[in-house]
Amino acid sequence: METMASPVLIDVAVKLAVMLGFVLTVVPVMVWVERRGSALIQDRPGPNRLGPFGLIQPLADAVKFLFKEDVTPSAADKPLYLMAPVLALIPAFTTIVVIPFGPTIQAFGRTIPLVVAPAETGVLLFLSLASLGVYSLILAGYGSNNKFSLLGSIRASAQMISYELALTLSVLAVVIPVSSFYLPDVVAYQQTHMWNCIPQVIGFVVFLIASFAETNRLPFDLPEAESELVAGFHTEYSAMRFASFFMGEYASMTALSCLGVTLYFGGWSLPFVHLEGWIGAVVGLLTLVAKVGICMAVFVWVRWTFPRFRYDQLMRLGWKVLLPLAILNLLGVAAATLAGWL
Amino acid sequence: MEMLIFLLFAALALGSSLVVVLHRNPIYATISLVLTLFCVAVLFVLLGAPFLGVLQVLIYTGAIVVLFLFVIMLLNIQKQGRDESAFAGQGLQAAGAIGGAIVFFLLVGLALWRSGLPELHPLTADLVALKGLSRDLFAEYLLPFEIVGLLLLVAVIGATVVARKPPEDGPATKTNPEGAEL
Repeated sequence: METMASPVLIDVAVKLAVMLGFVLTVVPVMVWVERRGSALIQDRPGPNRLGPFGLIQPLADAVKFLFKEDVTPSAADKPLYLMAPVLALIPAFTTIVVIPFGPTIQAFGRTIPLVVAPAETGVLLFLSLASLGVYSLILAGYGSNNKFSLLGSIRASAQMISYELALTLSVLAVVIPVSSFYLPDVVAYQQTHMWNCIPQVIGFVVFLIASFAETNRLPFDLPEAESELVAGFHTEYSAMRFASFFMGEYASMTALSCLGVTLYFGGWSLPFVHLEGWIGAVVGLLTLVAKVGICMAVFVWVRWTFPRFRYDQLMRLGWKVLLPLAILNLLGVAAATLAGWL
Repeated sequence: MEMLIFLLFAALALGSSLVVVLHRNPIYATISLVLTLFCVAVLFVLLGAPFLGVLQVLIYTGAIVVLFLFVIMLLNIQKQGRDESAFAGQGLQAAGAIGGAIVFFLLVGLALWRSGLPELHPLTADLVALKGLSRDLFAEYLLPFEIVGLLLLVAVIGATVVARKPPEDGPATKTNPEGAEL
């Protein structure tokens, strides 16, 4: 037992290190991309003093966060207040375990699928762990004992629950023709057919809009609408606790981008090229990183281009447009699969 | 290894479920409920039913308990005081609830006695796996499945009707003053 389990555990540890390293690297890079990208779009220089193109800026930001005073409001519900920033990181860093980042390779006399957790229920596991993210927002709002925080967190949780339905339904529509929840199967299906973004274009649009809402990004960042709610659920947080909400947001953007890329854009695979073994693994990882990078750039681009929705518009869009659209898409895909078109 | 995980999560599940029942602050009780459900999901996975575990997290922890928290936060339920007077005069309700439970179990027992115990099979790995489970659910047990779906639909419509504002100029149904405050 012990001798059988340990090599598998080592494999998992190495794969986990790769994925965690990926997500942890993305966060500071994204801070830079966001600030420089917003500057580019708003026609101003942005942070350009520290290092070439201001590349060292995220490091300076991190140092600033570490040395700032960490304030806890005296009226806060302390355990909940302190728990919330930690919970913000959990969904983002756990969901990546089901994302495949390369082909199945033969190494050290073993068959190793390049996905941290080769779970049959892959997509569902992702969605269920992602759905836990709402607790950090609720607890942050309630624990702060501040009316802006509470309003922000109620908005955030209502928004996340509403858009989760549309997101889940659009993901299920991808799963139907593949007939597997296992994400490497989804990638393999796209290698033999075409990328899902073409036949599933309606589902992809729903997924895209819902993922902006799920990550509380503009145009759906009502939970932290500055003009109405100061800073929403994280009004009272400072220093590293605030930074961990910040990191959580970028990490969940990364995780959702990974899922989107895997579901709709062939994941780690390149079109028309089939690479195996170690070369396939390296190229696969790089391809995944490149595709996720493009998705993240779109997140930034959209954030600094569109104005914020009104809250009733947000709810109407979620329940009266996206949800029916997602259901119709699901039925359409199911019918097309039955007819043998997909 | 498996034993260690089991012991850890079983202990966590037991401990957090005790907190659910015993804690006086409803928010803490609800958060403990989240932990309990999550630990039970882990136990499902250990038992070789990952699909059930994932659904448990997706539906209960991810959605239903969030609504519990919502209701608690919106109604602003305060900490339960130490005095037991909140339960005073509820003896009749308690007796009714216990009586109802007894009647329910008697009816179930009667039904089982009349129809005889169904032949029980151990759950095979095929049955708890995704494909086996859905094949059985949508083929052999389709009718019960549809009936449960209908029940949920009725519940949704009922909740909507109850929560709906009365029409402005229609026959004025008297508004519940507590409901109006929401």
